[in-house]
Amino acid sequence: MAAPSKPKLAVWKFSSCDGCQLQLLSCEDELLAVAGAVDIAYFLEATRAEIRGPYDVSLVEGSVTTPEEAERIRKVRRQSKLLITIGACATAGGIQALKNFKDVDGFIRSVYAHPEYVETLATSTAIRDHVDVDFELRGCPINKAQLLEVLNALLNDRKPNVPPHSQCIECKLAGTVCVMVAHGTPCLGPVTQAGCGNLCPSFRRGCYGCFGPKQTTNTESLAKRFATLDMDERSIKHFFRSFNANAAAFRRESETHE
Amino acid sequence: MTAKQSPLQKASIIDVQTLDDLISTLAHAGYQVIGPRKQDDAIVYDTLRSAGDLPVGYADEQDGGKYRLVKARDGIYFDYVVGPQSWKRFLFPPHQKICQMRKQGKAFRIVEETAEPPCYAFFGVRACEIAAMKVQDKVFDNGTFADPGYLGKRNAAFIVAVNCGRAGGTCFCASMNTGPRAQGGFDLALTEIVEKKRHVFLIEAGSVRGSEILAKIPRRAATGEDTAAALAATDRAVKGMGRKMVEDVGPLLKRNLEHARWGEVAKRCLTCANCTMVCPTCFCSTVEDVTDLSGSNAERWRRWDSCFTMDFSYIHGGAVRRETSSRYRQWMTHKLSSWFEQFGTSGCVGCGRCITWCPVGIDITEEARAIWESEGRR
Ligand code: SF4
Ligand code: SF4
Ligand code: SF4
Repeated sequence: MAAPSKPKLAVWKFSSCDGCQLQLLSCEDELLAVAGAVDIAYFLEATRAEIRGPYDVSLVEGSVTTPEEAERIRKVRRQSKLLITIGACATAGGIQALKNFKDVDGFIRSVYAHPEYVETLATSTAIRDHVDVDFELRGCPINKAQLLEVLNALLNDRKPNVPPHSQCIECKLAGTVCVMVAHGTPCLGPVTQAGCGNLCPSFRRGCYGCFGPKQTTNTESLAKRFATLDMDERSIKHFFRSFNANAAAFRRESETHE
Repeated sequence: MTAKQSPLQKASIIDVQTLDDLISTLAHAGYQVIGPRKQDDAIVYDTLRSAGDLPVGYADEQDGGKYRLVKARDGIYFDYVVGPQSWKRFLFPPHQKICQMRKQGKAFRIVEETAEPPCYAFFGVRACEIAAMKVQDKVFDNGTFADPGYLGKRNAAFIVAVNCGRAGGTCFCASMNTGPRAQGGFDLALTEIVEKKRHVFLIEAGSVRGSEILAKIPRRAATGEDTAAALAATDRAVKGMGRKMVEDVGPLLKRNLEHARWGEVAKRCLTCANCTMVCPTCFCSTVEDVTDLSGSNAERWRRWDSCFTMDFSYIHGGAVRRETSSRYRQWMTHKLSSWFEQFGTSGCVGCGRCITWCPVGIDITEEARAIWESEGRR
């Protein structure tokens, strides 16, 4: 009897810094096991060899910022049974979505000697805004443990343990003392999805919101709380406007502090 | 008060230095001693190697959404009250492996667990925390269901209570009848007596094993004057109670399931779940299965969960409690009202943690009072 064929995995890059793909490479020991369990069919960051589609699983990094990308993501979708977006760029537009709040043509004219060579869209948007997405893995960058968990769950036909609850729950599970309550440090944790491994609060820093809005957010109430912690309107706006600036809940909140 | 009437008639007095003997005696008896430690500007519960690990001379300022540890009276051991953690962390840990399975052909085999449960001595347990353990006892051993993991640790645990001589800003145990003096449920109980000329502890044994440990440390019999001083300390805590729960709150909430206040609190609530995580009686959990890549080994883990998440009430077709108002209402009415029907007791012991550790300072006593006053009461 022939061995069951391994799922074919492709990794695609759009507008991004490559940091999320690097998380897959930095899985080191585990990567060998992953490589043994799947056929890595397309992953330019790791290998030059290409296997033609269709693919069982596509991991998509990066946001859509050019007309070419808007076209290419449709092709990727057509070739992929499952499409999983990885990272803040792919799930929310990334830090480059800051351009969505500004006049992009103005930027291009002032930065480039030949603006006519630059072909870019006015916005940086999430992959979900262009094609159907089967699963989103958040983070800037993604957490490699979560990436392995998703691949592992896929291979074993089970539900991935990637809860959409707050960063606060991560603090409490880990036994981290709340920096907002105990030190008065502003923290986006109550509106941010868990997943980073409780990084900032465990180093006495407020959460920066790298994993984007959690399941149900009340950014307005939290922003009012920030105001009592001596944050002015401008800092509140900037706090909500970073790696996940274009995620709906954060975008709306930052816009009310313009 | 004559010695005969005193509830503390079998009490002894120990010197401040003897606390260290008490800790080492417990350690020698085979207990892992856990108690208050200062960490990241808060009081948390962690391993105590000696009395030197105790945070001496600190007090906490607590209010809605605010906790500050400050230097207080020099040399005083227990001026602070409860912090962000509770003993639930040890008895009902945030993550606990339920079972381990190994693939065998087309079936699987459960791997037997042989580890003995840890044997804790909890040092510095407040009256409200003992009350909270009694509440969780009913949850984890309610006649129909019993949780062996919880019960193994709970039955083995040695409890050294501390009666509060100072109440915190968000404490309301007095109005919940759970403190500040522990009424049973301990092996030993300490009351810190601080007077101009002396600083000692009154110590009572509440069990046979408590008496056995007490017999091993230097002490003298307490006089009527000593017991009066100890009772005066807890009376001071009653007077300094930062919050108060309105009376008959159970029926009050039950007749106000539809009330404008639920929508109002929902405007402030972040559904972050901090209140349920810090609550010493909240017991909700979810179950997660993990596997290795090959799928030959699997484990089932229990993890704390909260009625404030959508996933928690997710059933076929979606989450049941979609609105923040219905999630907050679920939490508060369960704590203060429907818990009585389910477990024959209040689910709230008045420790104040949910008030202090709510990032936006939502106050369960204030929410109850608002509904109470809306009925024209004062
Ligand atoms: S530190 Fe931030 S994330 Fe953690 S509990 Fe406090 S508010 Fe929530
Ligand atoms: S509901 Fe609040 S005050 Fe009551 S026991 Fe829980 S945390 Fe303490
Ligand atoms: S009441 Fe406070 S701690 Fe509880 S979920 Fe709402 S905001 Fe979070």
